[in-house]
Amino acid sequence: MIIDKIRKVNSEETTRVANTKASDMMVGKWIKCDNCKEILYKDDVKENYSVCPNCGKHFRLSSRRRIKQIIDDGTFIELMENLHTTNPINFDGYMQKIKSTSEKTKIKEGVKTGLGKINGIDVAIAVMDGNFFMGSMGEVVGEKITNLIEVAIEKKLPLIIFCISGGARMQEGMVSLMQMAKTSAAIAKFDEAGLLYISVLTDPTTGGVTASFASLGDIILAEPGALIGFAGPRVIEQTIKQKLPEGFQRSEFLLEHGFIDRIVERKNMKEELYNILKLHVGGKNEN
Amino acid sequence: MKTKMNSWDKVLEARKPLRPKTLDYIENIFDDFTELHGDRLYGDDKSIIGGIATIDGIPVTVIGEQKGKTTNENMLRNFGMPNPEGYRKALRLMKQAEKFNRPIITFIDTPGAYPGIGAEERGQGEAIARNLLEMSKLRVPIICIVIGEGSSGGALAIGVGDKILMLENSIYSILSPEGFASILYKDSNLYKEAADKMKITAKDLKELGIIDEIILENDIFNNVKKSILKNLKQLNKLSVDILLENRYNKFRKIGKGVEKDDITE
Repeated sequence: MIIDKIRKVNSEETTRVANTKASDMMVGKWIKCDNCKEILYKDDVKENYSVCPNCGKHFRLSSRRRIKQIIDDGTFIELMENLHTTNPINFDGYMQKIKSTSEKTKIKEGVKTGLGKINGIDVAIAVMDGNFFMGSMGEVVGEKITNLIEVAIEKKLPLIIFCISGGARMQEGMVSLMQMAKTSAAIAKFDEAGLLYISVLTDPTTGGVTASFASLGDIILAEPGALIGFAGPRVIEQTIKQKLPEGFQRSEFLLEHGFIDRIVERKNMKEELYNILKLHVGGKNEN
Repeated sequence: MKTKMNSWDKVLEARKPLRPKTLDYIENIFDDFTELHGDRLYGDDKSIIGGIATIDGIPVTVIGEQKGKTTNENMLRNFGMPNPEGYRKALRLMKQAEKFNRPIITFIDTPGAYPGIGAEERGQGEAIARNLLEMSKLRVPIICIVIGEGSSGGALAIGVGDKILMLENSIYSILSPEGFASILYKDSNLYKEAADKMKITAKDLKELGIIDEIILENDIFNNVKKSILKNLKQLNKLSVDILLENRYNKFRKIGKGVEKDDITE
């Protein structure tokens, strides 16, 4: 009987593991890599920068953990932490969904912005969060990023933006589309101030974010294997009525076509950013 | 004449094949139009038309997305869906306008940027982003007019200006009501409801502070011409610094959110 019970528990565990996508890795002690299908011990993955130790697949990272990986301990000062949407087009059910998502994920919006240090160098940094409305850009994301850019201009700081986004926040209608213009105009000012902007593209970066600040870095880095594009693959398939080639719209494809500077593995990201920052010290950046 | 059109009626009106297109406005409002082709990088995108013309004797650069009125025309124009080279041609002509101190008039009429393999290979996202950045700092007046269907980033890519005007029966949206319904309502048959909730008509967008002016369609070419001339006159009075500051603030103020500790439903 006891053996039966153990069997039952085990089989439940296995089923649950089998149905758990790596991106939902907070459940249970085990996860399954959605790329190589290997069952992985969660702590191993976490220790490996949330990268599959078996195949190197870079799993989605929360903004909180990303900041921990990139910014020196205890130096991050968050800006506009409590900025919320006004539901600009009064879309039914939107505020309830914001509230429930926020409670479930303990995340307030699709981006965290702030100031901090990378190996002692001051930076302004924005980290988008795919766990909140797929990192979509509405007025809060647009405003926080624009505000960060303006702060960076004032303080003469280099700017780093980690992108992950499904595009514009549909529930905010044209107000969200206009955030593309707003953020890009701010990047134009930043550019004219002669400061360094490093854009880092992670899986996935698409739509209105690709078509605004994500593509406007002086230097554009990407994590390996990230989906990066303007139109989503499904939309393209439906339009052209054919299957897309293997590797289409992945980081390696973009590198090949000249749209990004470098592909950087997550475990090397902080050092890589530091090296680039160091090469710009003595320019117009204050550091 | 004054029958009330709902949002979906306006979508249908905005998409009508026989509704005036960019070339009709060019023909009826401007003189001496000289079309200029190509992005100098890859090709000439026929879904975007651009060139130099005069309006009331004033030289301007005119750029517009061009849909067809017939199937053949639509094949030629790719249904008004630009590839990256279209946006790059537009940018080249806008920079040229800046060099020669000509105001820029753009006509927006597109179902969106083309979602194709080539478009992605040649950097559709980068092309749109670049236009948004560059248009925000061009040192000449820019007037953008939505004449039919303004959809998504493909419309905005020639839509960053000092004045954004909409024809009374045009629409401007983040994606098509059909797409919106299928994503948010999980049912593409709810497109009529989506059209209404999305706030995409000229009247809605004027109320939201996203556009500056609605142009009535009773005497369409004449009204558009008068509106362009009136706005040009106003913009020409401003110094370049004020013009650019105003343009920045125009977009800067859209969607600022609200700072508070709790989310209230």
